[in-house]
Amino acid sequence: MRLTAEEEAIRAGRQGEPPRRALEMQLAVGKFFGAERMVPVTSAHLTGDPESMGEAGLAFVEDLVRQGARFVVPTTTNSCNVDFDLYRAFGQPEEVAQQERRLRELITAMGGVLLTSCANYQALDPPGFGEHLAWGDTGTVIYANAVCGARSNFEGGPASYAAALTGLVPAYGMHLDACRRGTHLVEVRDQPKNVSDWGALGVFVGRQLTNYWLVPVFTGIEAEPDSDGLKHLGATLASYGSLAMFHVVGVTPEAPTLEDAFGGRPPRTTITVEPGDLERTYRSFVPEKAEVDLVVFGTPHLSIQEIRRLAALLAGARVSPSTMLLLTTSGHVKAMADREGLTRAIEAAGGRIVVGVCYYIMTPREMARRHGLRTIVTDSAKLANIITAYGYNPIFRPTAQCVDAAVTGRIPR
Amino acid sequence: MIVLTGHPGVGDLVEGEALVSAEGFSARYDLDRATGTISRESHPLYGRSIAGRVLVCPLAKGGFATSWALLDLKSRGLAPVAMLFGWANPVMVQGAVLAGVALMDQLSPDPMSAIRTGDRVRVDPQAARVEVWR
Repeated sequence: MRLTAEEEAIRAGRQGEPPRRALEMQLAVGKFFGAERMVPVTSAHLTGDPESMGEAGLAFVEDLVRQGARFVVPTTTNSCNVDFDLYRAFGQPEEVAQQERRLRELITAMGGVLLTSCANYQALDPPGFGEHLAWGDTGTVIYANAVCGARSNFEGGPASYAAALTGLVPAYGMHLDACRRGTHLVEVRDQPKNVSDWGALGVFVGRQLTNYWLVPVFTGIEAEPDSDGLKHLGATLASYGSLAMFHVVGVTPEAPTLEDAFGGRPPRTTITVEPGDLERTYRSFVPEKAEVDLVVFGTPHLSIQEIRRLAALLAGARVSPSTMLLLTTSGHVKAMADREGLTRAIEAAGGRIVVGVCYYIMTPREMARRHGLRTIVTDSAKLANIITAYGYNPIFRPTAQCVDAAVTGRIPR
Repeated sequence: MIVLTGHPGVGDLVEGEALVSAEGFSARYDLDRATGTISRESHPLYGRSIAGRVLVCPLAKGGFATSWALLDLKSRGLAPVAMLFGWANPVMVQGAVLAGVALMDQLSPDPMSAIRTGDRVRVDPQAARVEVWR
């Protein structure tokens, strides 16, 4: 790789050990993927919570701080394991809360902002067109690439720290025009009608395109999706397919036309979404039993619009005493929900708004053991995908059916 | 002996016994990281441990958890010694770099057909070469 004089200085250790070590890691990754140079980034979004990092990951961050590390670009944090106001009520391990406290001290010491959200683009300003980023959470990356026209690879935990310390990333993958162009055409003949339908569309396509280097191009969509619909489409494509980019012709910024989306190349193949495919996608999640233990909304974090809709669906209803209802969102959105009286309304119905966490990192094994949770109903296909490995039976359904499941405590088989 | 070649990978020369998965792999979606065993019930390797093995998969799946998981697994003696993918993704490579686990992808011939579970595999990422005995 060709390095600038400034990058050579970092490599020689003239900025200290943390950026030197960070750059060495980045060069190894860049070399693997054939990067020819490094590129400066405008921000980093750290992915790392004690549950995912383990003791060894936490020790890696402790080392950085001991060596005097400082972030050189604006740096925010992704979701975390505990809401400090609620974790005791849920019976989550005190040890995890202590690790979370310590991690926050370390990140603050390096200059990071404790955003604790996996929908950073809805909590803060979304990135601008063409900005290079070092974001970690896959749902944030695909949204930045596809919807904003910014440029980021999946910069996982250690890689997001490395980028925050050097202000650089290796220029491969989504930083290059050639990797952002469409590879597969998706003809949509089953129109998404709500937020979770966009997730179902993402599942349908993401199950067929399971490779980071593939880019679906959606056509035939009649109603322009809003930010929440695109959030769920992107998060599910990233979750099921490990994809980092998509185009919606006439909607997303790099796809004003089909030709633009494909960069003049023909699609490798066409995927057709036939009428009924979205419903069949929901039905591919089969309940083992009719009783519902848990209903969760908010992977990725809920927007204020989504919380308004949930509060309206819950109006006058009461969550079944045998079912737990959780909504997860950022502190920003929760503050708005408080002001609008939505938090009070949702709590009155028997639900809880949990701040900063995503359920799949909210110590789900301990939650299952402590509260006897097995059947989880959610309108997030991403959560349904991940939570299986934690011993749950996940049922992905449209938002309104999930609210019904919370109220009746049952899911039709 | 079968020889597979490709582009240089990450990590150093290692040897181990192959564990071949017909499905892709993610440390979050498929693995109980406390024990190093595959915990997704529908995964073809459900219940199997990846510790000390040369894991062979068509694809790297999933998100950032994988980039931390290999270091955590290695610190507890539960990491694979090497991973061979049809196609790797960035988080898997970042995790392998942090942990010092050997990783290669896009080998020829395809390791999914050239390697069987139980084969002895020697992975030399810097030489861009994999050797297989059975």
